[in-house]
Amino acid sequence: MQSSIAKFIFGRLTLDSLPFDVPILVVTFIVVALGAIAVLGVITYFRLWGYLWREWFTSVDHKRIGVMYMVLGIIMLLRGFADAVMMRSQQAIAFNGSEGYLPPHHYDQVFTAHGVIMIFFVAMPLVTGLMNFVVPLQIGARDVSFPFLNNFSFWMTVAGAIIVMISLFVGEFARTGWLAYPPLSETAYSPDVGVDYYIWGLQVAGIGTLLSGVNLICTIIKMRAPGMTLMKMPVFTWTALCTNVLIVAAFPVLTAVLALLALDRYVGTNFFTNDFGGNPMMYVNLIWIWGHPEVYILILPVFGIFSEVTSTFSGKKLFGYTSMVYATVVITILSYLVWLHHFFTMGSGASVNSFFGITTMVISIPTGAKMFNWLFTMYRGRIRFELPMMWTVAFMLTFVIGGMSGVLLAVPPADFVLHNSLFLVAHFHNVIIGGVLFGLFAGISFWFPKAFGFRLDPFWGKASFWFWVVGFYFAFMPLYALGLMGVTRRLRVFDDPSLQVWFLVAAFGAFLIALGILCFLIQIGVSILRRDQLRDLTGDPWHGRTLEWSTSSPPPAYNFAFTPVIHDSDAWWDMKERGYVRPLAGFKPIHMPKNTGTGMILGGLSIAFAFGMIWYMWWMAAFGFLGMLAVAIGHTFDYHRDFDIPADEVSRVEAERTRTLAAGA
Amino acid sequence: MTTTTIDPRAAAAEAVAAAPVFHLEEEHAHAEGGSTMLGFWIYLMSDCLIFAMLFAAYGVLGGNYAAGPAPKDLFELPLVAVNTTMLLLSSITYGFAMLAMQKGRVGQVQFWLAVTGLFGLCFVGIELHEFSGMIHEGATPMRSAFLSSFFTLVGTHGLHVSVGLLWLVTLMIQVAGRGLIEANRRRLMCLSMFWHFLDVIWIGVFTFVYLLGMLR
Amino acid sequence: MSANLPAGHGTAGHDHGHDTAPGHATLRGYLTGFVLSVILTAIPFWLVMSGVLDSKQATAMAIMAFAVVQIVVHMIFFLHMDARSEGGWSLMALIFTLILVVIALTGSLWVMYHLNVNMMPGMHEMKQMP
Repeated sequence: MQSSIAKFIFGRLTLDSLPFDVPILVVTFIVVALGAIAVLGVITYFRLWGYLWREWFTSVDHKRIGVMYMVLGIIMLLRGFADAVMMRSQQAIAFNGSEGYLPPHHYDQVFTAHGVIMIFFVAMPLVTGLMNFVVPLQIGARDVSFPFLNNFSFWMTVAGAIIVMISLFVGEFARTGWLAYPPLSETAYSPDVGVDYYIWGLQVAGIGTLLSGVNLICTIIKMRAPGMTLMKMPVFTWTALCTNVLIVAAFPVLTAVLALLALDRYVGTNFFTNDFGGNPMMYVNLIWIWGHPEVYILILPVFGIFSEVTSTFSGKKLFGYTSMVYATVVITILSYLVWLHHFFTMGSGASVNSFFGITTMVISIPTGAKMFNWLFTMYRGRIRFELPMMWTVAFMLTFVIGGMSGVLLAVPPADFVLHNSLFLVAHFHNVIIGGVLFGLFAGISFWFPKAFGFRLDPFWGKASFWFWVVGFYFAFMPLYALGLMGVTRRLRVFDDPSLQVWFLVAAFGAFLIALGILCFLIQIGVSILRRDQLRDLTGDPWHGRTLEWSTSSPPPAYNFAFTPVIHDSDAWWDMKERGYVRPLAGFKPIHMPKNTGTGMILGGLSIAFAFGMIWYMWWMAAFGFLGMLAVAIGHTFDYHRDFDIPADEVSRVEAERTRTLAAGA
Repeated sequence: MTTTTIDPRAAAAEAVAAAPVFHLEEEHAHAEGGSTMLGFWIYLMSDCLIFAMLFAAYGVLGGNYAAGPAPKDLFELPLVAVNTTMLLLSSITYGFAMLAMQKGRVGQVQFWLAVTGLFGLCFVGIELHEFSGMIHEGATPMRSAFLSSFFTLVGTHGLHVSVGLLWLVTLMIQVAGRGLIEANRRRLMCLSMFWHFLDVIWIGVFTFVYLLGMLR
Repeated sequence: MSANLPAGHGTAGHDHGHDTAPGHATLRGYLTGFVLSVILTAIPFWLVMSGVLDSKQATAMAIMAFAVVQIVVHMIFFLHMDARSEGGWSLMALIFTLILVVIALTGSLWVMYHLNVNMMPGMHEMKQMP
């Protein structure tokens, strides 16, 4: 009787589910707990709770939400990178009969968590955050189309991240690799909660991602300032549009596939099992229909960042704007025609493999066109090697290497040799770190002054840059060599001692990258301390070209006192050239959306739902689900979601800006 | 630039270059919900892709009976025809509700919404009846990949209809409370898109699952 | 599509249903759509239930053609799709989605069919294997 009550309340959660027996996790838990207590203590001591709740957590301001996405991404980067360091050190020492220090059960979770976290909870939030912050400013809008939805999307992403993080201390994470291929991820082979954490973490975050995609598409289509035709949109906005189209078209696929896997695990259906007519390869096929566009979801906005940075720091209009736009659109469509190159070895035969091999090679053409556009933009420009530009140049060199190895992998016979080898691992880190991550750092250092009103400290930024770039080459070039020698991915121990030196070099590279991350964090700290020296009074610290630089740094809540009118794709440059005079009077009240806590409540309930589902605590799952339904419906009964910023308030803020400008001049 | 010209277009361009307008002095209060219809449509497109994946799963796995029952042993076309009729009738009655909304007649809107809801309820009821019949015969979703994909595809559609019903009831309460204000009209139009979108999916379901299934 | 239109600011929704398609909805439109869709539903059901066409393949082709026509009918008369609503963006989103649906569906069927042919000789056994 008692046990059945306990089973009802706790489902399959028992004290054994808490990993007291794994010293690494206990230590990690203590460190995280102490850190959390310290942070909470500081917030309480300085009485910041009210401020955080009013100004940030419930905020529907796209700028605030963008910044919160960035914070989430950077926190999760630390977690994901910790996993990377564990893998590198394990592989560096597990030779000559040594088992290393990670048992298989733990090691498999580490590489799965690393992949999942880096893609879904580092790269995605950072990309979404930048788009959220920059796009409305670039198109001269005051917010996104659906401000509440934006806040809700953010909290769903956070909820997904929290669900994945809970798995660290309660139960375990998936041991399947980052895409959870069946039949390994089916109940028969993974009966534990790991895969369930994976499924629900991604489903919850996926809702957020999808809705934020819909939101940004509508924003770009509907809210552009007058005069900004499609072909006068800044390139970053263009890439953001294509990215969000990809998000809206790709994430439903992931949702559907994971739902089918969940049905297999919870209901006992036979989609991807080995028996009763199920077909595991169907999962692989479907998930890559999402997976390949996902790659472009990450890289396209970053291409936009590089375009903005290159033209700003070369002091020239972007070379080949039109070809840039068309290349982006072509990539958007082509990215749906290449998914099979992730599983050439499945055995679909020559005709299928050659079709997908050729489409894969074709996609490198528009990408190459972009590379030439950036080079020609720099050609005969007055290049200023500030930090964003340094990241851009490093990107161009590194990404081309990654792209070349990608074209190599696109040849099916070559892929049969290299499939699932460390060559592949080196390739995708080469394009994700050398492309996405370098671009995000370029974007962060480019737009940081806009968000906070002061520049990032250049010294620590350059230190971070050099550690990252050199560390990257040390960490991943050995993996290319190892892959060509036939070493497969996800190995925990090695028999051949001659391989060890390569892994030691790679581990050294990881150490350099660790220093790079450390320097980045120091950079932020130092910049906050030195903010008065680094202050940006003009709102235009880089002599920028697009509309976001026409506002103050940080921009006022309403972004633009008057809706701007656009005549050129580099609108702000055009305004500066033609003697634009900032209006000083005639302000009117501005209509803005009200803050709301509903998004955060829904996010919290979704965690309860997911946790209940994972541990079979059905009452909690039902509570979470019905709670979400009730709160969401209740929210629709609130018809007063807006307010007016009075004209006096606008005048006051604008007068303040006039004073700041005078001080800066 | 400095040459004198009599071409009126060039003159106009020159005037713009001389005194360009860089901001709007007067602006219309930004219409709330101006993007809602487009946003909802884009959301529906993403939903459409979820269904596409379920159709793909059915297309690939739908022939794997695993020595279990095949479509011919399970499907009753007359029942499916009745079900389709329910959905089509609910579509036209929702259309009547929209026409009443255009005329601003709250009572008529509520009446037609209620009728639509009843037809929708019938649809879900018949589908549940069909499902329970199959399950009693041992044709459960666990029996074969064909049945897994069948139940998931048709069930997901049914789930959407059920969500639509919940939404419909919510909207009836909101219309009763506040009448046909702008926000409620917009919501009614969104539900209209949702409802008719489910029709379109159902066309795919009855053609590819039921009718083609019977031909196999 | 709307490349030359100044964007939405201030143009959207002064009067309700201004840029929203159901504003054009008419009784005649709904009734036409309804009648057409009843006909287009009834014929395929009749074709399959009575088996008038001898060849199964011909029946299959016919009912798929009817499905496509009926989907178009629903799009026009019930969903009020046209090239003008939302400045063409609705139609563009629809076309883009349809392209992706076609790619994903035919692609999956093609890929998985070849897999079965190459890797699982005797595919018909699959139907019988438990």
